[in-house]
Amino acid sequence: MAATDTQTKGRVRAPLAPWLKGTATTLLSICVTMLGLLFVTFIIGRVMPIDPVLAIVGERASQSTYDAVFLELGLDKPLLVQFGYYIWDVLHGDFGDSLLNARPVSEDIARVFPATMELATLGVLVGIFLGVPLGVIAAVRRGSWIDQIARVVALVGYSMPIFWLGLMGLLVFYGILGWVGGPGRLDIFYEDIVPARTGMILIDAALARDWDVFRNAFSHIVLPASLLGYYSLAYISRMTRSFMLEQLSSEYVTTARVKGLSERQVIWGHAFKNIRVQLITVIALSYANLLEGSVLTEIIFSWPGIGSYITTALLSADMNAVLGGTVVVGLIFICLNIFSDLLYRVFDPRSK
Amino acid sequence: MTDMTLRQWLLTDAPTSRRHARLASFYKGWLSLRSNSMAMFGLGILVVLVLAAALAPLLAPHDPFAQDLANRLQPLGSEGHILGTDSLGRDILSRLIYGARITLYIVALVALIAPAAGLLVGTVAGYAGGWVDIVMMRITDIFLAFPRLVLALAFVAALGAGIENAVLAISLTAWPPYARMARAETLTIRSSDYINAVRLQGAGPIRIITKHIWPLCISSLIVRVTLDMAGIILAAAGLGFLGLGAQPPSPEWGAMISEGRRFILDHWWVATVPGLAIFTVSLAFNLLGDGLRDVLDPKEGGQ
Repeated sequence: MAATDTQTKGRVRAPLAPWLKGTATTLLSICVTMLGLLFVTFIIGRVMPIDPVLAIVGERASQSTYDAVFLELGLDKPLLVQFGYYIWDVLHGDFGDSLLNARPVSEDIARVFPATMELATLGVLVGIFLGVPLGVIAAVRRGSWIDQIARVVALVGYSMPIFWLGLMGLLVFYGILGWVGGPGRLDIFYEDIVPARTGMILIDAALARDWDVFRNAFSHIVLPASLLGYYSLAYISRMTRSFMLEQLSSEYVTTARVKGLSERQVIWGHAFKNIRVQLITVIALSYANLLEGSVLTEIIFSWPGIGSYITTALLSADMNAVLGGTVVVGLIFICLNIFSDLLYRVFDPRSK
Repeated sequence: MTDMTLRQWLLTDAPTSRRHARLASFYKGWLSLRSNSMAMFGLGILVVLVLAAALAPLLAPHDPFAQDLANRLQPLGSEGHILGTDSLGRDILSRLIYGARITLYIVALVALIAPAAGLLVGTVAGYAGGWVDIVMMRITDIFLAFPRLVLALAFVAALGAGIENAVLAISLTAWPPYARMARAETLTIRSSDYINAVRLQGAGPIRIITKHIWPLCISSLIVRVTLDMAGIILAAAGLGFLGLGAQPPSPEWGAMISEGRRFILDHWWVATVPGLAIFTVSLAFNLLGDGLRDVLDPKEGGQ
């Protein structure tokens, strides 16, 4: 179909047109998915048993105050119009005010988000640097002891409750051995020493060249980050292994071996080159999963990130904050999914 | 002797009836599953779990709710309390055994609701095609694009905490993969000759879907469900841990960990023991799921 289209438009633009079409379809699907996300959170906000007006004015407010807030929130309008307002607000970064501290939810999220990002990024780095080599070696030495180890690592990762493993880690490495810092991002006497430029303490401390703070922050982040890293390691190593097995059984690998290339060149120069695109997809997905998996980890380690924020808000029925947090996590999740999809399309010549 | 003949009857190449053929293929699957020692290990653990849940009143040495403040936080192996006691002096072993009931209850409900919903959506979308397909699959994609735990959190926030709502929230986030799978299977089955033959005999779409498409989707759904069970258990335990699933004094394992968390540094066993139980059960489901996949779905496994 695309071929006949491009022929009528001339040869020069021919390679671009299908790609543009693909991008347009992707953009459209982003919009639809995000609209769906907002619709679901909107519905959740509406079926809440809590009266949003009462939550703002309190039980002792007069009827006129109640009515004024009722109108201000636009609750007299039809649901569809309210949904329109909601989308408009979200597009402008307005998730309403938190009922707990009366500050805009978006400000709160902007404040807590860097903490989550710092944790998840470090976690995914651990996952990549351990998981990819482990997966490659497990595929090359299929059935060997290292393959068995990779299998057990993945199996345990899929079966272990992350919050429990976090507790055990705290018990052993903080409580008994004292090797790492406890819950929280810093010890109390290191707090507020370095100026918060990025909100990520490791980077802030490095920028301020305050290595004491850096060391302390590192001792606090190393345990939760390795924990998250372990979970992405389980996934990344498993996927790497199955991608590599697929490549290693194909004919070009046999050809390369017959040509007399060294095993190292065959594995890293030929086979590994061909799984890079798939790996990027897997890494993007596991990064998205880490943002989500950090909810329980943050609770265990009293990490002031978006997971703690949503859960705290949830327990005090602060619905604006819960939905705002859900929308932000959801949007990032969708963006990472689509980003990996686009990368695949750009870098894999077969999909063009 | 009769055992041998039964075995031969089951392994015959020429089944005499439909039931005979079905039993024979079931038996062959069982034989190949039985040779997988890890899967049998998983199955063994699950049998123990089901027995423990069913016989809880007989097995539990104490009442799981009976408080005994004089004997609070007893360590492992203390007299009368093999696994110790929690902060209210309740016997941890008894609570674990009763907690198996809650875990099985949650897993069974989710494992019924989510695949059923997914099967319905997927087969209808795949068989109907056209606009129905596009709209239904778009909705599926939207749910698939959500972060699952966060969405479940938001649902529970809206519906209120409790086991039933946790089940609902987990099911709502778990059905889309089943829908995708069922649709893919339906698309391949739909155009096959025997479906055309059934249609020529006058069968309507409902009959075709329920009688001729559903049975063929079941085996891959079962594999997927078994592999997902571990995730379901972990999600339920996570919600319980956050205080959004089962409510105290219910002996749900996730809630027990959350309770023991306060004493983790001095009385580590209170949180450790229920965590080990969760780990064992989800490991068992993963092992069994891997084994079942090799038996029922050879094209997926073997890698």
